[in-house]
Amino acid sequence: MSKLGTRTFTLLQTVTSVGLSALAWAVTGVRPIWNGSQPSDRQRIYFANHASHGDFILLSACLSEKERARTHAVAAADYWGKTRLRRFIAEDMLSSVLIHRQWTDEAENPISIMLSVLDEGHSLIIFPEGTRNMTDEPLLPFRSGLYNLSMARPDVELIPCWIENMSRVLPKGQFVPVPLLCRVVFGAPIAIAPGEERRAFLDRARQALLALNPRPQRDD
Amino acid sequence: MPMHETLILVVGLAAVLTTASLVAAILSWRAPKPLSSTLVNLNQRINAWWVMVVAITVAFFLGRSGMTILFALISFAALREFVTLTHSRRSDHWVLLGMFGIIIPFQYWLVWTAWYGLFTIFIPVYCFLLMPAITALHGDTERFLERVSAQQWAVMISVYCVSHVPALLTLDVPGFEGRNLLLIAFLIITVQGSDVLQYIFGKLFGRHLISPKVSPSKTWEGLVGGLATSSLLGALLSFLTPFSPLQAAGVAFIACLMGFLGGLVASAIKRDQGVKDWGHLIEGHGGMMDRADSLVFAAPIFFHTVRYFWT
Repeated sequence: MSKLGTRTFTLLQTVTSVGLSALAWAVTGVRPIWNGSQPSDRQRIYFANHASHGDFILLSACLSEKERARTHAVAAADYWGKTRLRRFIAEDMLSSVLIHRQWTDEAENPISIMLSVLDEGHSLIIFPEGTRNMTDEPLLPFRSGLYNLSMARPDVELIPCWIENMSRVLPKGQFVPVPLLCRVVFGAPIAIAPGEERRAFLDRARQALLALNPRPQRDD
Repeated sequence: MPMHETLILVVGLAAVLTTASLVAAILSWRAPKPLSSTLVNLNQRINAWWVMVVAITVAFFLGRSGMTILFALISFAALREFVTLTHSRRSDHWVLLGMFGIIIPFQYWLVWTAWYGLFTIFIPVYCFLLMPAITALHGDTERFLERVSAQQWAVMISVYCVSHVPALLTLDVPGFEGRNLLLIAFLIITVQGSDVLQYIFGKLFGRHLISPKVSPSKTWEGLVGGLATSSLLGALLSFLTPFSPLQAAGVAFIACLMGFLGGLVASAIKRDQGVKDWGHLIEGHGGMMDRADSLVFAAPIFFHTVRYFWT
């Protein structure tokens, strides 16, 4: 977490962020569609479908520079912490928050780690499917982090974000992107209803995200 | 660089666009606020025209390399829209990459070096046969024919057809040496002008739809009025070309008729895929293919007409 202690980007993170956003635009012409929410200063958790390493880059390219500087993607430590190069890319360049999907030590509890980042005033990008979706299903079932975070910090807005086409631009296992047009659709904020069960809320959040897909019949 | 004609063209286009901008400004000024979506779109379209004319003019002054690079970029934008819209699977990744990373650069390198023999068969022969072979080697047969057909169409339309515009620079028309850039200007002005004229005639007099299922805006009145006036425009622009005024009218007629058919086919593809526009690259117009669909169909026929009869 030490890497996030300071609120501002390092020079390397700023350069990476501007460079990757420009690259994302050149390759995918990415543009945001605000469909139910607007860009704002409020602290947020953006949750999105996940099929590609490029997802987080595309989503942050749609945010204002100020919002981008305080928004951190949550990534799996067992993948991004595996080698020194990956950890350097994830933490020193992309300023992501690394969490362990399988944890035993309480110090590795992902929820506490994410909450501590939120308490520093940052926003988060999370992929509640928990992994990159390689199936023919448009969206996997959600893991419960979204519910736990929202229970603990109800004031933080949960914004569903549908990332279109990125799985075709940069599929799992590929490192050279194919230039295809992409959009990111930002939906209306969703909150836990009084007394709502964990599973019911997670299914509702998943449906809210699915409903943003502008061309559902074509996603494969 | 034929300076005299170039100057007439630049001044003429600037005059037409200035008039359009003034008319739109007066209409917007007198209209109730907030402006209707039609007026907003008209303003966006005219502003985008300014950008497009400036981009083409800059490429024009840079000569063959400028034109080749400009149309390679247009191919890139068009191919990206086409591939985005059509079905592909994860196993198509390398073929798709090859379309952007190999086919576009190689086809435009052939244009630049004026290697006519390979330019004309590289995509319809070599890519036609090798792309499905690569797809088959990947072993994914799901909707195979649909995927390879979409790939063939994508490169034929967005790369092969578009590359015939800068390829006009490679033609050796006797007595027309060093002036081939003007052929490009003639083609673009008549075909794009015909789009605008068909639209205006359609709005003013359009009654009978040509193909209501494909496009709700293409009418016989618009087509006839647009083709007649753009053929006349072609005759007026014959001073740019090796054609007599009558020949120029005939060539413009053929190019603009092909342009109309290109728009019709593009509409049918969009209708089939359930979208209204190809993309959002050009404010008010939609995507690159929305603006270039007519040029795509006109360019190869124009190229071969000139090549057959004038070289």
